[in-house]
Amino acid sequence: MTAHPQTSGYNFAYLDEQTKRMIRRAILKAIAIPGYQVPFASREMPMPYGWGTGGVQVTAAILGPRDVLKVIDQGADDTTNAVSIRKFFERVAGVETTTRTADATIIQTRHRIPEAPLREGQVLVYQVPIPEPLRFLEPRETETRKMHALEEYGLMHVKLYEDIARNGHIATTYAYPVKIEGRYVMDPSPTPKFDNPKMHMSEALQLFGAGREKRIYALPPYTDVVSLDFEDHPFEVQRFDRPCALCGAEQVYLDEVVLDDRGGRMFVCSDTDHCESRQAQGLRGELSGEAAQ
Amino acid sequence: MQTETSTLEGGFALPVFDAQVIFRAIMDAMARPAVVTGVVPRAAPPAPLHPLAGAVACTLIDADTPVWLDQTLSDREALKAWLAFHTNARFTDAPAGAAFALVADPAAMPPLDQFAQGTQEYPDRSATLVLQIGSFEGGTPFTFHGPGIKGTASMAPLGLPGDFAGQWNENTRRFPRGVDLILIAGEAIACLPRSARLVKGKE
Repeated sequence: MTAHPQTSGYNFAYLDEQTKRMIRRAILKAIAIPGYQVPFASREMPMPYGWGTGGVQVTAAILGPRDVLKVIDQGADDTTNAVSIRKFFERVAGVETTTRTADATIIQTRHRIPEAPLREGQVLVYQVPIPEPLRFLEPRETETRKMHALEEYGLMHVKLYEDIARNGHIATTYAYPVKIEGRYVMDPSPTPKFDNPKMHMSEALQLFGAGREKRIYALPPYTDVVSLDFEDHPFEVQRFDRPCALCGAEQVYLDEVVLDDRGGRMFVCSDTDHCESRQAQGLRGELSGEAAQ
Repeated sequence: MQTETSTLEGGFALPVFDAQVIFRAIMDAMARPAVVTGVVPRAAPPAPLHPLAGAVACTLIDADTPVWLDQTLSDREALKAWLAFHTNARFTDAPAGAAFALVADPAAMPPLDQFAQGTQEYPDRSATLVLQIGSFEGGTPFTFHGPGIKGTASMAPLGLPGDFAGQWNENTRRFPRGVDLILIAGEAIACLPRSARLVKGKE
């Protein structure tokens, strides 16, 4: 956790003030209409589309010098996308950054929600590739707009039903569609469906930014988020048959790591901060001794 | 010369950082409807525009957002000059054409359904109303529930229109269309997005 000297020649947090105002107005309307996708005039950012330009613009519009920023990529603080976005804000805003979930005021994420429960006052900013949950069912924006306007979501249930007909269960494992406050069907971004229950009644404000698709949407705290399902095929999250190999955590989302070319593999926490803080408390998994060498 | 001086003064001393602080206060208030939050204004507009209403204007309004002023405010040329200088605001006489409405006397303002409601396809194309009320206490008590509210939230704003409960019920029934309110009194704000529904029987 260190504050950084800001690079000169840029406005604070890179974006100009008029752009921030435009994004801020979109964020307020997004909060007022939970789950509805507000169009916004997404800017070119000094990184390619697909690298989190939507999330970066949302973060830049809300960020202040007293914020503490955490950036995760699939739960990890130390992978390429997370490191480069964290460095970007260290340079253009000079803000303090952290890897610790509890210390952060703003957490920008690509596809995971931290395992530790978020608290009131924290903001979770999602990077979203395709904001429209109906897009792969109906390619025309004019039609999907109409479907949201008329609350016509039958097609989404047909898609989930076809999953069942083909596979015997709902085979969607990420970007699993949710319904917000009984009104809008929303794409939770490609988070594993394991994280869907954490969105429901979260104490933190959740903001979603899609840069290429130019959409912002939001979930206020304490908002009803229901994963779509059927009475006879209720929504279920992934289960793992073993605990984390490094910290022994159960009931968390695990990544598979290949260890050698003889089929050796281990399962470890996807949330690196969660895993590290458990290990700091002395908790150990079956491979933690070996990993430390 | 007096007029000219007051037009140029009273804006944010640190435009980038002041706007960020005010925006975060509005964002938190919008995400937690009917919760009254203390905010230092950081702006000093000419009366009768409330300092916090001036700060909200400097934070959110620019040339892209037509602004409607109520009678009390639009009568003051100095005030319009201040807003034009500090925000680049364009003014409109039609409530339905405004992205923002600044209201000094909410009791006398047009009904909420006279302002831009957005469309069913684009409900975000709707007005945000900034209302200067007398106080957050001592008025008719209202209890709200909905997204952003843990259980219920109550306040008793003073100075809203007499039939506010009826108007607000209609506004929430129009969801996802409707208007959103930013209430201002003293050094505090509270927001009522269209998603905040009145609890029946406690109106």
